[in-house]
Amino acid sequence: MATLEHSAAAPVTDHAATSTGLPHLKLAMWLFLASDCLLFGALISTYVLYRGASTVGPYPADVFDIPYTSVSSFVLLASSLTMVLALAAIQRGDVGRSRVWLLATALLGMTFLGGQVYEFTSFVREGLTLKTNVFGTSFYVLTGFHGTHVAVGVLMLLTVFTLSFAGKINQDSSMTVELVGLYWHFVDIVWIVIFTVVYLIPTGSPAGG
Amino acid sequence: MASVSVPAERPGGLLRRPHATTGFWAWFTTVDHKKIGILYGITAFAFFLIGGTEALLIRVQLARPDQTFLDAAVYNELFTMHGITMVFLVVMPLSAAFFNYLLPLMIGARDVVFPRLNAFSYWAFLFAGLFIYSSWFLGGAPNGGWFGYAPNSVIDPTRGMTFYAIGLLIAGIASTVSAVNLAVTVLNMRAPGMTLFRMPVFVWMGLVVQLLLAFSLPVITIGLVELLFDRLFGTHFFDVSAGGSPVLWQHLFWLFGHPEVYILVLPAMGIVSEILPVFARKPLFGYQFVVFSGIAIGFIGFGVWAHHMFAVGLGPVANTAFAVSTMIIAIPTGVKIFNWLGTLWNGDIRFTTPMLFSIGFIAMFVIGGLSGVMHAVVPSDYQQTDTYFIVAHFHYVLFGGAIFGLFGGMYYWWPKVFGRMLSETAGKLNFWLMLIGFNMTFGPMHILGLQGMPRRIQSYPESLGLAFWNMVSTIGSFVIAISVLVFLVNAVASFRKPKQMEADPWDARTLEWATSSPPPEYNFEEIPVVHSRDDLWHRKYAETEGGRVVPVAAGGSGEGTYPDGAGHAAQDGAGHAGGHAIHMPSPSYFPVIAAAGLPVLGYGLLFGVPAVAVGLVITLAGFFGWALEPSAE
Amino acid sequence: MRRRTVVVLGLVALALVAAACAPNATQSALEPKGPEAQKSYDLFVPVFWVAVVIFFVVEGLLVLFVIRYRHRKNATRIPPQVHGNTRLEIAWTILPAVILAGVAVPTIATIWDLAAKPTGDILEVNVLGHQWWWEFDYPDQQILTANELHIPTGKPVYLTLCAVGFGYGAPVPSEGGPPAPSACQGPPDQPPPAAIGASVIHSFWVPELAGTQDVVPNQTNHLTIQADVPGVYEGQCKEFCGLSHTYMKFTVVAHTPDDFQRWVAEQQAPTPVPEPGSDAAAGLEVFLSRLPSGGGCTDCHAIAGIEGPNGQPILNNGGPNLTHLMSRQCFRGCTLATTDANLRRWMEDPSAIEAGSFMPDYGLSAEQLDQLVAFLNTLE
Repeated sequence: MATLEHSAAAPVTDHAATSTGLPHLKLAMWLFLASDCLLFGALISTYVLYRGASTVGPYPADVFDIPYTSVSSFVLLASSLTMVLALAAIQRGDVGRSRVWLLATALLGMTFLGGQVYEFTSFVREGLTLKTNVFGTSFYVLTGFHGTHVAVGVLMLLTVFTLSFAGKINQDSSMTVELVGLYWHFVDIVWIVIFTVVYLIPTGSPAGG
Repeated sequence: MASVSVPAERPGGLLRRPHATTGFWAWFTTVDHKKIGILYGITAFAFFLIGGTEALLIRVQLARPDQTFLDAAVYNELFTMHGITMVFLVVMPLSAAFFNYLLPLMIGARDVVFPRLNAFSYWAFLFAGLFIYSSWFLGGAPNGGWFGYAPNSVIDPTRGMTFYAIGLLIAGIASTVSAVNLAVTVLNMRAPGMTLFRMPVFVWMGLVVQLLLAFSLPVITIGLVELLFDRLFGTHFFDVSAGGSPVLWQHLFWLFGHPEVYILVLPAMGIVSEILPVFARKPLFGYQFVVFSGIAIGFIGFGVWAHHMFAVGLGPVANTAFAVSTMIIAIPTGVKIFNWLGTLWNGDIRFTTPMLFSIGFIAMFVIGGLSGVMHAVVPSDYQQTDTYFIVAHFHYVLFGGAIFGLFGGMYYWWPKVFGRMLSETAGKLNFWLMLIGFNMTFGPMHILGLQGMPRRIQSYPESLGLAFWNMVSTIGSFVIAISVLVFLVNAVASFRKPKQMEADPWDARTLEWATSSPPPEYNFEEIPVVHSRDDLWHRKYAETEGGRVVPVAAGGSGEGTYPDGAGHAAQDGAGHAGGHAIHMPSPSYFPVIAAAGLPVLGYGLLFGVPAVAVGLVITLAGFFGWALEPSAE
Repeated sequence: MRRRTVVVLGLVALALVAAACAPNATQSALEPKGPEAQKSYDLFVPVFWVAVVIFFVVEGLLVLFVIRYRHRKNATRIPPQVHGNTRLEIAWTILPAVILAGVAVPTIATIWDLAAKPTGDILEVNVLGHQWWWEFDYPDQQILTANELHIPTGKPVYLTLCAVGFGYGAPVPSEGGPPAPSACQGPPDQPPPAAIGASVIHSFWVPELAGTQDVVPNQTNHLTIQADVPGVYEGQCKEFCGLSHTYMKFTVVAHTPDDFQRWVAEQQAPTPVPEPGSDAAAGLEVFLSRLPSGGGCTDCHAIAGIEGPNGQPILNNGGPNLTHLMSRQCFRGCTLATTDANLRRWMEDPSAIEAGSFMPDYGLSAEQLDQLVAFLNTLE
């Protein structure tokens, strides 16, 4: 009589038994982030395609304040550092320290967002809106998508921060913090690309001189 | 159906999880991959009937020259909706139905990795389809073609293309999320001993398709967002007067659109790769080649998109590059055909309905593939593009290919899913009518295209000499309609039969046949340990020294009965494995709620901001409930 | 039994092929009438026959296997479980690659051949795609016409393709606006005029003379066509462009070189002045006037030599230039013959004939219509 060999019944939510050795959520997060790369790839490609194509101003050189944006980029980069520290703390079992660093990350993220809001309102005052020209169109949609990702990340950070008070975050459940960290670092790396491509690489003279 | 063991403590209030196991609520709140698969299947089939009706209307209009049965506005809506429906609301979800139902079973798992996310994907898909179709009653259906080329799709003054953009964005969310879910399931939840190269080909194709979805959908997401912003917010993404480029839309669309066609056909190729070995009684010829060619198609599929744009004026360098890459991708696609032929060679072929559809798939896909290679010859494509020659090509691969494969799958797995067989007699009638009707409808389109009939035209003059083949094509489309009716009758009639099916009626090779028909909610009593590819087959048959294949059964259960102890439908209905109950995830309301907010948000973008806020609140409430409700354990 | 099946199938195939070669098809890609179309055709035919051979081999094997290896009653053997044959599989991977390489080489050569601008004695014409009609601008001959592209035989005609038009967004101008730029380029230092901004993608296709190229807003594409013999060659827009895409047709009228010169001279001839007091003169008045429902013909239609209401030449070309209208066999996207009855029907209610038409219904009276028709008849 043919039989199939049996293994111990594995409930669906068993953490240990995954075929790749990676926990489900971590694998899912990596896959999601890989997918998100293409999202930003399409947006950045749109921006690059339309570099120099605007028929009316204001043009990038007219509105960009590189020193200002460098500072806010540094703020975001610093938040990645605090994120790493938060993860290291929780992996040691130090919930209190981790909590501090999580809050710091969230605050730095909110500072970055505040900086973006200020930057955009000043652009609008200088005459650059979504509808002004293709520069405005592609710039705001690209940075808007990024800003939304940052905002979602801040929400996640604050949620984890809050849950830590209910005892839901500890050394055993450190993967939650790790996942938020993965997402946060991704958002940061995307910003480095955007900052370089959009702000730092100069656009040649616009169409029509 | 087996009952589910429920947690001992049940906190009260809003977050109490539902517990229905039968009836409407069971289906509404289910997180069971099998129920979700059935939901996808029924919904997709309903859209198939609607999309088919749209096609029949088009064919009636085109049956004779200069007809005025449909005016231009309605005609443009019909061919647009036919394309959107068949691609996004039929073939994709029908494939999803098979993946959802079968992937966990074939890898020896109890469910997918994230069951509630799975439910969310289904409901988001359903709501996306309903949303797009509501446009017929709310200002006009999409009318810019399923491919929605800008600037035409931007400047069209009716609401249709806004419905298009929002509806496809919602469907895209459903598919992206499902892709991550199923990919992680295949990678992470395989039974012990099931290495990647012991997975059934259908599972491999499933994995490749999920990765294609995950990487191609973001691109069209951005395209659709840009289209939506141009239509709603006055941006200039495709606005030529501001320096925008309509060709950008085409690049973004086809960067998704080409992997999409492999998303549409690889599942059916996987199905055929499962059916042929079972009914030829020998393994798939060249498993590794078939798997590697599937992977190759996945990769190269991202490098051929501009072959849809040969006439746009990208220049000879681009056209040359894409002609070459398109010819290259023909190789792994063609190789599979030879592997399937090798499977049939020296087999013991039984012409069951699933086998007929699989053979039909091969025959029709060869034709579609050959016409595809003809398009790759760019100077000839300058004549073929945007004519009925192209329409013929893609219907041969998508209907003669994907749909035939999916129908074969339905006949093959019907007994597993529903515990009854579809009638073989009706099945054969279904097949032959469909084969004849299909070839009558789309064969002549090769000729029509070469004789000068462009696409997307609502009529043609008598003087062009296109009347005869158009009439043949229209008659053929009604033969297809009859064949679909035969299937419907067959399906409905099958439910009159008693639900009494053995685990392995076809003497098959893969793990889903090792458990009862239909499987219990927890799929397997005990998760099997896998020792080889086609593990079930090797438990039933062994090879003697002389090379003869003989049944292993030493207790004489005979061919077709399931092995004792594995997947035997327990008499008392409760799953017991090694002495303790199997906990399955509880049903949940929140995936439906989270999904329901999305179309509300969509209506808000169309009709007024308040609905946007309402939609967001509903979706966020859904997500919060989801995060906070008690878990299954 | 098998042999009879094959014979029957063969006859059926033959009958299909015969029926396929419909003698009165005038938009057929299989009947090239000029060297450009011939190049596409000369690539298609051998690839087609290679495909036919592959078809018969593969489908033949399929049919053969399915018949030969079908399950026989009372047979109980399970076939040997062959898993593959690596050498065979490599061979059948390399073979298609070799065939495709053979197809690729002439393909690439022809891509570059067709992309090159012809040299020597050529005719240059700008083709402007509007919703939903074709405009033809001969910069060297100073001719602006619509619906019929006249060319000489035996000479390459190098077309520059541009998309122009009002589209849905921009309104019909109520006074004089800029003409369509010639060579499809506006002044290099200015944004394109608004009329171009709301245009859509079209595709110019006259299969007997050449394959297609798309007409893309803000992009200048090129296509070379050439006719070997005089005749009328049918074409139409191939890229979906909105409501009346189906009716955006044109013809290419090929003349012997002498006849072509005659046509050019006719087109360059001055527009005759209608006899004062005639219906035609009254029609000219209607043409120039502001109509009660608002606007007038000169908002969109120009006629060489006829000045607008302000005494200036009419520059608008939202609608087809009407100079020498009656020399054209067709109008309205080349879907109506240029007869009195058709002209009258069209002016009376354009939307009834062309879905989504941009030509307004000016509410012309029967008398005004008669006068206009009389006037148009003078534009020979």
